[in-house]
Amino acid sequence: MSGTLGTSSPPLQTPRPEAAAEVPPSAASAPSGITRATLLKDLRLEWRSKDAINSMLFFSLLVVVVFSFSFDPSAEESRQIAGGLVWVAFLFAAVVALNQTWARELRNQVLDAYRVSPAPANSLFLAKVIGNFIFVAVLETLMTPLFIIFYRLRAIGPAWQLLLVAALGTWALVVNGTFFAAMSIRTRSREIMLPLLLFPISIPAILAMVQATAAILTGEYSARFWIVLLGTYDLVFTTGCLLLFETVLNAE
Amino acid sequence: MKSLYSILVIITGLLLIYAMSAALMPEFHLGPLTFQGAPTEQTMGSVQRIFYYHVPSAWTAFLLFFINLGASVYYLIKRCQTADILALVTAEVGVVFCTIVLVTGPIWARPVWGIWWTWDMRLTSTLVLWLIYVSYLFLRKFSTSGQTPVLAASLAILGALCVPFVYFSIWFFRTQHPQPVMGGGGSIDPRMLHVLLVNWLAFSCFAFLVCWSRFRLEKLQRELDAAHAMRSLMDEPAHPRSAR
Amino acid sequence: MTSNPYLFAAYAVTWLVHIAYLTTIVRRYSRLKREIGDLKRDH
Repeated sequence: MSGTLGTSSPPLQTPRPEAAAEVPPSAASAPSGITRATLLKDLRLEWRSKDAINSMLFFSLLVVVVFSFSFDPSAEESRQIAGGLVWVAFLFAAVVALNQTWARELRNQVLDAYRVSPAPANSLFLAKVIGNFIFVAVLETLMTPLFIIFYRLRAIGPAWQLLLVAALGTWALVVNGTFFAAMSIRTRSREIMLPLLLFPISIPAILAMVQATAAILTGEYSARFWIVLLGTYDLVFTTGCLLLFETVLNAE
Repeated sequence: MKSLYSILVIITGLLLIYAMSAALMPEFHLGPLTFQGAPTEQTMGSVQRIFYYHVPSAWTAFLLFFINLGASVYYLIKRCQTADILALVTAEVGVVFCTIVLVTGPIWARPVWGIWWTWDMRLTSTLVLWLIYVSYLFLRKFSTSGQTPVLAASLAILGALCVPFVYFSIWFFRTQHPQPVMGGGGSIDPRMLHVLLVNWLAFSCFAFLVCWSRFRLEKLQRELDAAHAMRSLMDEPAHPRSAR
Repeated sequence: MTSNPYLFAAYAVTWLVHIAYLTTIVRRYSRLKREIGDLKRDH
């Protein structure tokens, strides 16, 4: 019943379709309760199996190493291009994480359970987005020192702004990525559909992330416009995805 | 309907011929009549005449994508099949026109600026728009769900939301890293404007006809699919004779 | 008139793309008509 093929997590921790209903009613009725419950469940599962984190980590490491062989910049040049390199690496790693976002739910028919439960779809979506955000943020935190070392990076501009750029940029990728991951589970070649849908729409955000990072590292100009653009982008697309998710979830 | 279609084909054909002649020649004759076309531009010469095909194609593509947004929103509200077909059709034809913009742009850039591609504002924005709507078409093609229209409509809305960001981000990027603007800014000679608008009218009519044809095709296809489905439902082997 | 090869190329490409797309529509349409004819015949 619950033992699915090939899953590395022990059968006891595989979420059953009744999992959504097992949360105490008082907590379950509030949307934030569902969000928190789903989020904690995902984090707990991930911590125990470390599936996603390990694969993403290794993938990012590979990307950093491969890029280092391809580009051997001087310290001045590297400040110009590091923004692009770093964000491309994070983008690909995020795609690896996002591709398996809904895999667990699909394996155990949890999505069907959510459709018939009175729980608002947004709570599930928000929990997924926050979970993915945490995963990718942890990844970025672990990869950044490597990038600093390999490219001898040093921020000439205000370094604290990098945190802001990282947070806003990661959120932009993750909120759209989770949404498109949900869409692509109903397609052929679903692993390639996610980047195919995600990349074009993310282009303004990616441009902003890369330019902001370059601006901060080189200190030549202010990253303020890009940060504001990223913030607005996050707001607009979080709202859009929240409004549309229920429709997408209920589409078969 | 059929006669209306034929009449429109003839009118559009004539318009296109007139528009192309006006774009290519400063003065031309059709029979006994003489018409004024577009004057030759001073700096770029006759290559500049690509402008009269490049820009109307872009405007037509934007118009079609705008209709796609309207149809997608309408579909999500009313779940009407006509709206869904309209969304699909305008996206497809829009991509066709967008492709033309992206090909004529470099063909124009090469003799004028010496390079095939420049990350100039208009070309880059058009490229991103093209990418977004091609991904829309891929979703349509690869989706296995019976609710493809709903998914596609959601993607169309998010794509449309993205458009202002595309323009803003590329605009600022270009002001920070300036490059020559293709197509030139500034005021335009009224005769040139006239030819430009005539070409836009001609291409809009042409786009309308192409959309109409594609619409009819899609409608027919869906009716056929529905008939096939009905047929396989009816052909339940209840007869012991038919050994399958 | 069109002494410039780039000008000719741009206009030619425009019409080639349009003709290609219209050809796919026409071909699919005739194939559909044929299928419908087959369907009608079988009933």
